[in-house]
Amino acid sequence: MNDMRRIERATDMKETKISARHVNVHYGDTHAIKDVSVEIQDKTVTAFIGPSGCGKSTFLRCINRMNDTIDIARIDGDIRIDGEDIYDPKVDPVQLRAKVGMVFQKPNPFPKSIFDNVAYGPRIHGLARTKAELDEIVEKSLRRAAIWDEVKDRLQQPGTGLSGGQQQRLCIARAVATEPEVLLMDEPCSALDPIATAQVEELIDELKQNYSVVIVTHSMQQAARVSQKTAFFHLGTLVEYGETGDIFTKPEDSRTESYITGRIG
Amino acid sequence: MTDMTASPAEAPRRNGSLLTADDRTRRRNAAERRFRVYGMIAVGLAVLALVFLLTSIIRNGAGAFMQTYITLEVALPEDKLDKSGTRDIEELKKATTFTYSPLIKDALEAKIAEEGIEIEGLSKEGDLISKEAAAQLRNFVLANPEVIGTTREFEFLASGRIDGYYKGRVTMATAELDGNISPEQLMLADALKEAGALETRFNWAFITAPDASENRPEASGLGVAILGSFYMMLIVLVLALPIGVAASIYLEEFAPKNRFTDLIEVNISNLAAVPSIVFGILGLAIFINFAGLPQSAPIVGGLVLTLMTLPTIIIATRASLKAVPPSIREAALGVGASKMQTVFHHVLPLAAPGILTGTIIGLAQALGETAPLLLIGMVAFVREYPAAPPEGFFDPASALPVQVYNWTTRSDPAFVERASGAIIVLLVFLLIMNTLAIILRRRFERRW
Repeated sequence: MNDMRRIERATDMKETKISARHVNVHYGDTHAIKDVSVEIQDKTVTAFIGPSGCGKSTFLRCINRMNDTIDIARIDGDIRIDGEDIYDPKVDPVQLRAKVGMVFQKPNPFPKSIFDNVAYGPRIHGLARTKAELDEIVEKSLRRAAIWDEVKDRLQQPGTGLSGGQQQRLCIARAVATEPEVLLMDEPCSALDPIATAQVEELIDELKQNYSVVIVTHSMQQAARVSQKTAFFHLGTLVEYGETGDIFTKPEDSRTESYITGRIG
Repeated sequence: MTDMTASPAEAPRRNGSLLTADDRTRRRNAAERRFRVYGMIAVGLAVLALVFLLTSIIRNGAGAFMQTYITLEVALPEDKLDKSGTRDIEELKKATTFTYSPLIKDALEAKIAEEGIEIEGLSKEGDLISKEAAAQLRNFVLANPEVIGTTREFEFLASGRIDGYYKGRVTMATAELDGNISPEQLMLADALKEAGALETRFNWAFITAPDASENRPEASGLGVAILGSFYMMLIVLVLALPIGVAASIYLEEFAPKNRFTDLIEVNISNLAAVPSIVFGILGLAIFINFAGLPQSAPIVGGLVLTLMTLPTIIIATRASLKAVPPSIREAALGVGASKMQTVFHHVLPLAAPGILTGTIIGLAQALGETAPLLLIGMVAFVREYPAAPPEGFFDPASALPVQVYNWTTRSDPAFVERASGAIIVLLVFLLIMNTLAIILRRRFERRW
């Protein structure tokens, strides 16, 4: 309880990074997200929890416009990052995605070398002018993802040859290599064993010093461990959003209470 | 079937021993064994058919790669070949093959006399030598006028029947009934062979020479057909691969999914099933009658085969693009790659082995295609080699499968052997292409 309070005080002073207002998402005839409004703070880990199919991943994918790639998806409402509407016709989703990195549920390294995996983003965005600069970015990213020591001797070997936990950390390194401001994580630990999960969680905790991290998770323990803010989604609506400590100890909504005590979902 | 009809009365006893199989299990195992036997029978039949096909083709066609030659000393008298004595090429051309034939006949008679061969009832010994020989001699003299007045050694093709005698196609018994050859002529051939003037050896001319007319099968070769097929494959590869891959990438990765693209997709599948002769009619109407391209030209054949191969390549390419896991696309988009970067940096390299295989299958199909080529005039008798590309694309040429078709329609039995030989050449080319596909695929895959 006491640590939770301390975090609470710390987060209060942080400014809003992402602000979503009245977001609705339709997949064809299905109304997947119903009028969700949420303010996500900078340098904070925000967890989205909720039963399967409640729309938390969908909402996450709205933040970097990955839903654009689905033909039948339709998004209404207003999502702003640093006050800029990301669905403005002038916004190029490619530029947005460089600013909002994403880590997926299943580790999906490119079938290329470890080095090329991390270097791909900086290369296409022109972040490095020389080979030395690129080397530096790759090393920094791999260090940040806490995988440098394990792979530094085999950077030219394929990324797909790593273990599941290493692959996921490689994907995190790849995501941070483009210097994003927001990092979206869609159930990053669901395919990992407890040890790898612990490593990734530790990493998330470090990442929040530089980024605004949004994580979707099925594990309530994980949400409680890593996040400062928690949002509970149910059937496409945002039921409750607040300090993680409050959500888990004194939820206001009865549905939240049922979910975190294991009666629904 | 047995599973469904088992009545509840014979429901398995749950408490039976594990060491004895119950009826249901036995029936199930028997069904599985039966199924395996059916499978093995099917595979066995297929292998048997293949072995039968290959042995019959090779047995019939192997002979085409061997040819019988007769070596003779031919005198080239000036008074017959160059009456003016000026060695003027125009004057020399006035001497036709009718002037040259007797020279060869004289040479043969001289050889017979020299070796002291005496065969009772021998007549028309000149038929031992191919009708091609006079033309061969004339061409040589026209190319080298200085040889007139000398005596030189020449190697002539033996006639089709003599050649057949050494390949087992013609025997003394069949020669008895044959108007084109007599047993005495065969005996003469044997005597010449003993004297070392006649030998059977590997026949490069079969692969390099152009086609020859109906009554000189021994001179016919695949040169023009191979060249024509090669030119057409070149055109198909250069046109069908980029068009097909570009169309597939657009349809698979960029095009919106709506009624119109659905319609296109259905029609591409339909095109793949259109009989190839229809493409031939299309080629005749559009490329020859409308666009005015020459008949029998590899360019028209290549264009028609391109149209025919496109659906195959598009379908194969789309399938291999679809097989690339979506997580790779998401990963690339997630780090901020544009749609095109995603496709060209990540999706296409992963789909390349499949695209390559599809392309080579399409090319192999095109290489073996006959029907559309018949309609655009590739079945014509072509003796001249097409020029080097690109002009050669507009010269008349033949194609391998059309040559096979052409030879099977001719009456001389020696052409059966030629046709089978051509099939062997075609199969070898297909084998080379498939091997190439496998090697390239391995190469590409090793990069990951």
